[in-house]
Amino acid sequence: MEVKNLATTVFKIPDVEGRWMVVSGLAMVCVVLIMAVFAPLIAPYDPTKSSGDVLSSPSAKHLMGTDNLGRDIFSRIIYGSRIVLMVVFSASFLSMSIGVPLGLISGYFGGKLDRAISMLMDSMYAFPSLILAIAIAAMLGPSVINAVVAISVVYVPTYFRMIRGQTLSLKSRLFVEAAKAIGAKDMRIMGRYILPNVVTTAVVVFSLSVADAILTEAGLSFLGFIVTAPTPDWGFELSAGRPYLPAGYWWMITFPGLMVMLLSLGFALIGEGLSEIYAPRRER
Amino acid sequence: MAEVIEVKNLKKYFPVQKSVIEVLLSKKIEYIRAVDDVSFKMEKGEVLSLVGESGCGKTTTGRILVGLEEPTDGKIVFKGKDVTKLSKEEFRKIRKHLQMIFQDPYASLNPKMKIGEHLEDPLLIHNIAENREAKELALQMLERVGLVPAEQFYNRLPYQLSGGQRQRVAIARAMILKPEFVVADEPVSMIDVSLRASILDLLMSFKAEYSLSMLFITHDLSVARLVGDRIAVMYLGKIVEIGETRKVIHHPKHPYTAALLSAVPSFLKREINIEIIGDVANPREPPSGCRYHPRCPFAKEICSKEEPKLEGKGHLVACHFPLDLDL
Repeated sequence: MEVKNLATTVFKIPDVEGRWMVVSGLAMVCVVLIMAVFAPLIAPYDPTKSSGDVLSSPSAKHLMGTDNLGRDIFSRIIYGSRIVLMVVFSASFLSMSIGVPLGLISGYFGGKLDRAISMLMDSMYAFPSLILAIAIAAMLGPSVINAVVAISVVYVPTYFRMIRGQTLSLKSRLFVEAAKAIGAKDMRIMGRYILPNVVTTAVVVFSLSVADAILTEAGLSFLGFIVTAPTPDWGFELSAGRPYLPAGYWWMITFPGLMVMLLSLGFALIGEGLSEIYAPRRER
Repeated sequence: MAEVIEVKNLKKYFPVQKSVIEVLLSKKIEYIRAVDDVSFKMEKGEVLSLVGESGCGKTTTGRILVGLEEPTDGKIVFKGKDVTKLSKEEFRKIRKHLQMIFQDPYASLNPKMKIGEHLEDPLLIHNIAENREAKELALQMLERVGLVPAEQFYNRLPYQLSGGQRQRVAIARAMILKPEFVVADEPVSMIDVSLRASILDLLMSFKAEYSLSMLFITHDLSVARLVGDRIAVMYLGKIVEIGETRKVIHHPKHPYTAALLSAVPSFLKREINIEIIGDVANPREPPSGCRYHPRCPFAKEICSKEEPKLEGKGHLVACHFPLDLDL
């Protein structure tokens, strides 16, 4: 009852199938968001300074134990969420603001332009996302900004393909024809008649691509393309903890890994749930 | 009376999609002759009903007239100017005089746009009014088409309206530009029978108010008779008979017209029974001579050899052996 009321009243989520996915996804994402925003209030220790014994196992004093330099892993995870969210959100917004207009233009005008853009996008899409991101990040050099660029390039084709496909089917709909009949110019038709009809798709693709981008970000960070020591970032923690795993210090790698999984799962659930909610007439 | 629009030898051929094998064998491209040499004139304030079976090219004719389709050949003279020669941008500007009302009111409105915005858009596009003035005009128009309270309808989305109400919006959208020529493509065929009369009344009231010319496309002869000053009957891309409504209905000369009439005899003085044989021919390979001859009970040898011309005074017919009926 509680969850249902919260979902329908506060988040305005329709009472339909797929709602529970959105709600649980939102809950997971909210946990991480709160961590990021209130990091200084929540974190018990300074994430970059030693606060106890080296490699001590999880205890009341150190919820998730300490790393090889004696830093509190719980605090590092809390601060690390800031970088993850920043990189992933800015990258996804960037790729959305490139992919959506490209998809609209390509789908609406068609012809040679469409073929050229589609070919470029398909060739990008053919690369495994992580490999493409690594290649771009390696070319640009390690920094947060460059990581944002690298990740955003990877997801442009996803937006492009979805939006282009929708535009193709929308442009032959009668109301677009009617807009032409009243004399609307191409820009107006795209902006006022087609774009509002693809927004829900863009939102769904956004959450699904954020889910994927979190994994890509962790991968880049693991390889040292985003931050340098001692800045905390989940992927980076994973690579720092890796050499200690065989010796039995499992907590260094487990908790950052779980966090990556939780956040990615959260966005994936939101995306899947939204697509279920917005496309309930699947059987037709 | 002033002539508003003249259509001369209008043709529209659609290439037929070929299969891969046909492309490899480089077979000749085939065409569907949707509109094949159609000519007619319309005067100011006149309603011409264009009647025919589905697939006969009546909708294509209408779409060409408002610039939604480019003709393969032929001229469209609108107020003395050949509009087929205009550039895309030039044509866009005269669009406000040439409007269209579509058949399907469920598909002709943008699902994400308010009703009011649908009516404001034409005004904004043609720089007729802006902001508050546009809203004022939109509200007036909503009231004019009977969607009251206008303020409420202004803020609604299409899905909140019934089919009849949506068609009123579509009519309002076309009429807000005060056009001189309107193509109404089966505007009531998807509307509940009980609402058809009121929608037709609305259309006719606009016709009277703006003294606009209207091409009224329909497959229903009884509706065509009701609204049309004249009736044109189309068969397989050609006009086979055209004339004043009274004459075409009560003295049909073409066997096809007579056959259509015998399907809806209720308003005739006496009933006739003229049948149509078989199905419509494939428009990719129209029959030789008169296109109607394979289905015509009166066909003679010449019908399959020579194509009849559309001839006559006022009441024109394309038939070698025109009928002489009084119905």
